[in-house]
Amino acid sequence: MSADGNGANLLEVRGLTKIFGALKACDAVDLTIRKGEIHALLGENGAGKSTLVKMLFGSLEPYSGEIIWNGQAVRITSPGVAKKLGIGMVFQHFSLFEALSAAENIALSLDDQTPISTIAAKAKAVSYSYGLPLDPYSLVGDLSVGERQRIEIIRCLLQTPELIILDEPTSVLTPQEADKLFETLERLRSEGKSILYISHRLEEVKRMCDAATVMRHGKVVGHTDPRKETAASLARMMVGSEVHAVVRAPVEGIEKAEPLLEIKNLSRKPATPFSMALRNISLSVRAGEVVGIAGVAGNGQGEFFEAVSGEVKQPDAGTIRIRGKDAGRVDITGRRLLGAAFVPEERLGHGAAPRMTLSENLFLSRYATDRKAFVGAGGLVKESAIDSATQRIVQEMDVRKSARNPEAASLSGGNLQKFIIGRELDRRPAVLVVNQPTWGVDAGAAAKIRQSLIELARSGSAVLVISQDLDELFEISDAIAVMHNGELSKPLPRAEATLEKIGLLMGGAEPGHVEHPLEAV
Amino acid sequence: MLEQIIITIATAATPLLIASIGELVVERSGVLNLGVEGMMVMGAVTGFGVALLTGSPWLGVLAAIIVGALFSLLFGFLTLTLVTNQVATGLALTLLGLGLSGMIGESFVGLPGVKLAAIYIPGLTDLPFVGKLLFGQDPIFYLSILLTVGVAWFLFRTRAGLTLRAVGDNHGSAHALGINVIGIRYLAVMFGGACAGLAGGFLSLVYTPQWIENMTAGRGWIALALVVFASWRPLRVLAGAYLFGAVSIGQLHAQALGIGIPSQLLSSLPYLATILVLVLISRNKRLTMINTPASLGRPFVPDR
Repeated sequence: MSADGNGANLLEVRGLTKIFGALKACDAVDLTIRKGEIHALLGENGAGKSTLVKMLFGSLEPYSGEIIWNGQAVRITSPGVAKKLGIGMVFQHFSLFEALSAAENIALSLDDQTPISTIAAKAKAVSYSYGLPLDPYSLVGDLSVGERQRIEIIRCLLQTPELIILDEPTSVLTPQEADKLFETLERLRSEGKSILYISHRLEEVKRMCDAATVMRHGKVVGHTDPRKETAASLARMMVGSEVHAVVRAPVEGIEKAEPLLEIKNLSRKPATPFSMALRNISLSVRAGEVVGIAGVAGNGQGEFFEAVSGEVKQPDAGTIRIRGKDAGRVDITGRRLLGAAFVPEERLGHGAAPRMTLSENLFLSRYATDRKAFVGAGGLVKESAIDSATQRIVQEMDVRKSARNPEAASLSGGNLQKFIIGRELDRRPAVLVVNQPTWGVDAGAAAKIRQSLIELARSGSAVLVISQDLDELFEISDAIAVMHNGELSKPLPRAEATLEKIGLLMGGAEPGHVEHPLEAV
Repeated sequence: MLEQIIITIATAATPLLIASIGELVVERSGVLNLGVEGMMVMGAVTGFGVALLTGSPWLGVLAAIIVGALFSLLFGFLTLTLVTNQVATGLALTLLGLGLSGMIGESFVGLPGVKLAAIYIPGLTDLPFVGKLLFGQDPIFYLSILLTVGVAWFLFRTRAGLTLRAVGDNHGSAHALGINVIGIRYLAVMFGGACAGLAGGFLSLVYTPQWIENMTAGRGWIALALVVFASWRPLRVLAGAYLFGAVSIGQLHAQALGIGIPSQLLSSLPYLATILVLVLISRNKRLTMINTPASLGRPFVPDR
């Protein structure tokens, strides 16, 4: 445990254990947080970080172990108890109500009977004093992800907690918004509050945190002072082995290569009241290159992916061209037959049918493109051909699984994602469009996926990657464009793209929103 | 004449309004109870029976409310505690209610019932044209109006109503904030059951003071449809119920006058007119989306 500083202990956790079935999600975890410190909780996906904080916030009951708060042993049986003790939480997956206004959302977590108008005024005052301006009467469904996070933070601050738990707060922010958040956190620290900061972004942890606890496979593997570590040494602690860096050799003469995917003046009206319109998007991806699309979630990436993949067709056939052929009015199978492949953001239910086996999932996405290989005389399915293709993909992508041909839902997120990407790569598609290729995937699998995307491009295909993870885009892209408010910037060549430039484009202009009067009855 | 017609319309609309308002609260909390018809018919038979045995229509009304609430408690226990499928359980509740009420009410068939008297305020009720309309109807009519306004006020002006709407919008988030999702849903379900019971009691104690098997005649289903077409907003439910009542009475008069339109077509008019009007007023997709409880019908199991 780090010994510098002399703040008294605010929270001590001893031997906290949580078991789900056969899995020890948290195994005898120890954690000490002192007053006035920012404490980082590090670990890969599935290391048990979320389970641990859910126990601290009372949404999960520990199996065994002790929680000591201000020197007193406590049992945190519900989020209400946690709030009374003075523990506030900002969730990773927002716990907001879309159909309610910001002020109503805040009111719900305050127990008293203060009128909404008073709460709105208080929220506005707090938000401006921390530099997180917020219109309390705006409807949450209309707000950007960054603005939603402001609501969560302000809601937490209004409860005047002693300990604030932030779960992956910067994963949805632009670099500039993240800087603003760090200022807020540092100010809270100077006011004597403690912060438990969950992240897998090591640079920000090194920059800001006073102490760190690292978890792997449900166990604490170390307590350390992050300022004395390097990003690489922290990564080693998290992963338990060296993480192979992705290799990307720059390519020559790409501007002369043939464009395989062309998008011209793509516009789309919002499909639902809370979704984004696409405005006049043009982009071309050439053979041999990886183009990245950056942007804060909810700026039209999902709508864009649907339009490009053919889940939603365009009225004008020339809007999307695949390998020089008009594809705007062609559906997803037709676009696959032209040589394109698509990997959507949501793995279960969109990228794969959860209750079907891997080989069935393979057949579902490739029955048309690989008709000759997979369908025999009389329309009968060739099980053995599909099975051997499945095993080939499993081997190629190093998919870890419990049975020979398990249900898709039984794989871990990272392994299923490797399989889905491998399923498309196995076709050697001329065009590959991927949305969030490594979201929620552990570092080893992410490196494997990124490397395979680069290799596909270098073998002569056009690869388009939509991602919120800027580090990822900088690692693999030859050019980066930014999506903001349904518009796409011109792609910046990798050499010209800096974190600052991309961040500014991601922020766009100051997000203004229209006030919609909420009709009461 | 006109006053008499308006009063008939109000009598036709009141049971729909009460049942719909109850179901609206249930659905705003995120629970879909398709058993309205069953709870209504149970209210009707017990209301009739208790009034007959005690001679007091008021005790009948009270019994109808209590039985409606208890019957919905069964639904609540199954869907909220045992997490059964809400659609199937609601349908089963309707079938159970129809069968059980027929059995309970077998000996009531053909007996003259006890009618809950209309109120009479000397002077006011005797006013020409509006006296009987405003001051001379049965007490449940006034209660139904109060209930509608009260529910609108509760949902959109009180903290408890905000909590209820939050539970219906996103039960996971509500749970994470420490809101007792299951408890709130139990209360909402029982309120809906009490309302459905009252609506049934109205049928057998005011509308036609007698017991006939299946006397709800699909009104529970109409109430369910009204809630959806009114985009879960109380005042629109009021408008929908009265529109339905008005067209039902209007087409009866039209049939009596012998208009040359097939009677089957006329009988379907109330349904067509109500759906058309309510669809027209909920054209605003945005407002519909905001008012639709996003968790509706989805089972909630907190992880522990």
